[in-house]
Amino acid sequence: MTIKLILAVLVAVVALVAPFLLYPFLLMKMMCLALVAASFNLLFGFGGMLSFGHAAFIGSAAYLTSYAAKVLHLDPMLSILLGVATAALIGLAFGMVAIRRRGIQFAMITLALSQLVYFVLLQAPFTHGEDGLQDVPRGMLFGIVSLQNSINMYYFILGTAVLAMAAIYRLVNSPFGQILIAIRDNEAKATSLGYNIHRYKLGLLVFAAAIAGLGGALKALLFQIATLNDATYIASTEVVIVAVIGGLGTMSGPVLGASAIILLDWLFAEVEFPVMVVNGLVFMACVLMFRQGIAGGIDGIKSHWNVLAKRVANV
Amino acid sequence: MTDPLPLSVENLHGWYGDSHVLHGLSLSVAEGETVALLGRNGVGKTTLLRSIVGLLPKRKGAISIWGTDVRAVPIHRIARLGVGYVPEERGIYTSLTVYENLVLPPVLSDFGMSTSDIFALFPNLEERRNSLGGRLSGGEQQMLAIARILHAGARLILLDEPTEGLAPVIVQKIGEVILLLKKKGVSILIAEQNLHFASRIADRFYLIDAGKVTRVIGRSEFGATRQLVESTLGV
Amino acid sequence: MIDPSLQALVSQIFLGLVNGSIYALLSVGLTVIFGLLRIVNFVHGAQYMVGAFLSYILLIEFGIGFWWSLLLSPLIVSAVSAVIERVMISRLYNIDHVYGLLFTLGLTLVTEGVFRYCFGSAGRAYVVPPSLSGTVDLGFVVFPRYRLFVVLASIIICFATWLVIEKTRAGSYLRAANENPDLLRVFGVNVPLLLTATYGFGAALAAVAGTLAAPIYQVGPFMGGTILIVVFAIVVIGGMGSIKGTIVASYLLGVTEALTKIAFPQASSMAVFVIMAAVLVLRPEGLFGRNE
Repeated sequence: MTIKLILAVLVAVVALVAPFLLYPFLLMKMMCLALVAASFNLLFGFGGMLSFGHAAFIGSAAYLTSYAAKVLHLDPMLSILLGVATAALIGLAFGMVAIRRRGIQFAMITLALSQLVYFVLLQAPFTHGEDGLQDVPRGMLFGIVSLQNSINMYYFILGTAVLAMAAIYRLVNSPFGQILIAIRDNEAKATSLGYNIHRYKLGLLVFAAAIAGLGGALKALLFQIATLNDATYIASTEVVIVAVIGGLGTMSGPVLGASAIILLDWLFAEVEFPVMVVNGLVFMACVLMFRQGIAGGIDGIKSHWNVLAKRVANV
Repeated sequence: MTDPLPLSVENLHGWYGDSHVLHGLSLSVAEGETVALLGRNGVGKTTLLRSIVGLLPKRKGAISIWGTDVRAVPIHRIARLGVGYVPEERGIYTSLTVYENLVLPPVLSDFGMSTSDIFALFPNLEERRNSLGGRLSGGEQQMLAIARILHAGARLILLDEPTEGLAPVIVQKIGEVILLLKKKGVSILIAEQNLHFASRIADRFYLIDAGKVTRVIGRSEFGATRQLVESTLGV
Repeated sequence: MIDPSLQALVSQIFLGLVNGSIYALLSVGLTVIFGLLRIVNFVHGAQYMVGAFLSYILLIEFGIGFWWSLLLSPLIVSAVSAVIERVMISRLYNIDHVYGLLFTLGLTLVTEGVFRYCFGSAGRAYVVPPSLSGTVDLGFVVFPRYRLFVVLASIIICFATWLVIEKTRAGSYLRAANENPDLLRVFGVNVPLLLTATYGFGAALAAVAGTLAAPIYQVGPFMGGTILIVVFAIVVIGGMGSIKGTIVASYLLGVTEALTKIAFPQASSMAVFVIMAAVLVLRPEGLFGRNE
């Protein structure tokens, strides 16, 4: 128990000090990616609903947040809330159409619906099509703190991300979460117990969409741009890859996966060989052999370590 | 040096997941012999048959068919040894016609009956030859399940509760078919709860309880031990 | 003298049939693979793209023309795909079928990435084979000969596939394996081989679609992505698992998409998805699907 506490404190200290040791931009990029991966992980790893449509949540939030910040000159907090609300609404719309479908069908439908959102965003006048929304101001948080400053922005994103992860943790361990587990394991039984399973699943979808929207909104302010790239099916597949590589069904998976992908992107930035291929190969290896992802790998090492430690102690 | 037995099972243990279902079963079927497995629901008769044809992944013990150890043989090669399987649920394909179902199992030997001979034996199947398998009655499905094994020319036939839930006239028909097979020298292993039916066709009886063989009875002893048999079956 | 707007309408419908032809070939391949292997072959779009690229490479590097490509390209793609199925995909059958989808997703990334690395993102032109160039004049309307060929080829291939699966002995093995593969193995049929062959066949269909599409669309590393999503939507509309349904839905939606282009040009690319959403709400099992 104390080891966990020490570890937690260590992580907190590292998180607070990190922007002075590593590139803050990369760290912030990682946190945004971790948020959307956490959203996917919550929906699939926990809720059993495979979504290939996360780009719709991310892209719409990015655009609405950028629009609010750039054109409406809203406080960054309000802009982000607008983005999150948009993503949640789109999640609701997806759910109304698709929630009764299961597994692979649900995945294919979310993919197609997300493409629909892409086309809407492509044609909507306020998005400026291929150009995207550029020069989005990060603004002054509550009118006081300038987010243009990297360090300020870092702590803002850190705080928001931690709050979001805490919310996910609360949800997973709440009665609502328990019911979702029951539904995931045996829908028929849950229905016979009187639960309106579709309503619960829809609730989870909307919540997850909001989290993904938060990731997209923060990313828009971070990069100060919103483009169609955030709304393509490629963006959706990136989310899947990060979550799987990190480790599905774990709280640390999204962070580990996002870190790994950002690291790989950074390593291959100067090299000609496409990082897409590397990511794809790592992903394939995970699906075939390391289904627990990095998080599972760490667990594996921990248990091996424990076994070794016991042996040494018994000698 | 004796010829290898059509079927020899020694000390077979089997698991469904973590559940230990078969506890060291041993039995054999001699050439041309009809052997019956008697026992209540759930004692492991179906599991035993399934493990012989290779459908039970977790198992230990020796299973050999005409001398070949089938534990290392891929499932689709086991049939090639001359084995035909009629599962309890019959396994008639609903999206295939009666005719397609009939000729589906690959022919294993020259011993297979021609379709015309089979239709002569089962005229009502010929009537329904173009109907989809799903539209057949239980009795028709059972006859089709047996017919397709006859078409394939199996020399060792495993039957799982063929008479279950069927009308007496159909049970009668099945009995006739089995006696016909016996005359041809086919070896048969049949799991049955219908004591009367089993007593008319089998040469030897294995009483099964809780995944083990509790007693082996020859045909001649059957009358004398009938009470024991009935109590084992819970009749 | 035929009314020019009627002529335009017929031309547009024909264009829709051409697109629908490519959709049909792709959706049949997906459906056949899904019906038997129970995985959504996400790499289908990449197999289509590789099919088109092979045609291009065969022509540019080796001077091998269209007709040979129509034979070689599917052969190569299906051989490689069959090996991948044997060695890697088959390991995923015993666990949740979602992993098959995920694995083929990874395969897509690798394939598209490699092709982008080798050939760049820009699309390349593949010239219409000379034997099929020019137009066919039907009196009241004129069709490009090549596109007419594509429509006919697609109809023939799709129909032949349906015929083989539904009406032949070989097809009965496929239908049986869809329903109860274990019993089929016990009967002595090498079901794992059947799975590999089926996967190879589905991949071949994708490659044929790519080869046929090369002269019509540009050949680029990402040509498979957007068309795959449309085909997914079509498969959902037609009803997953129904070959007849998916063929009909493909042509129908190709034509609908084309007609939408006349009426609401900006909405044409969205038409298929909107229809999919509507079908899901009104008839969730698809137009021809069976209720699970």
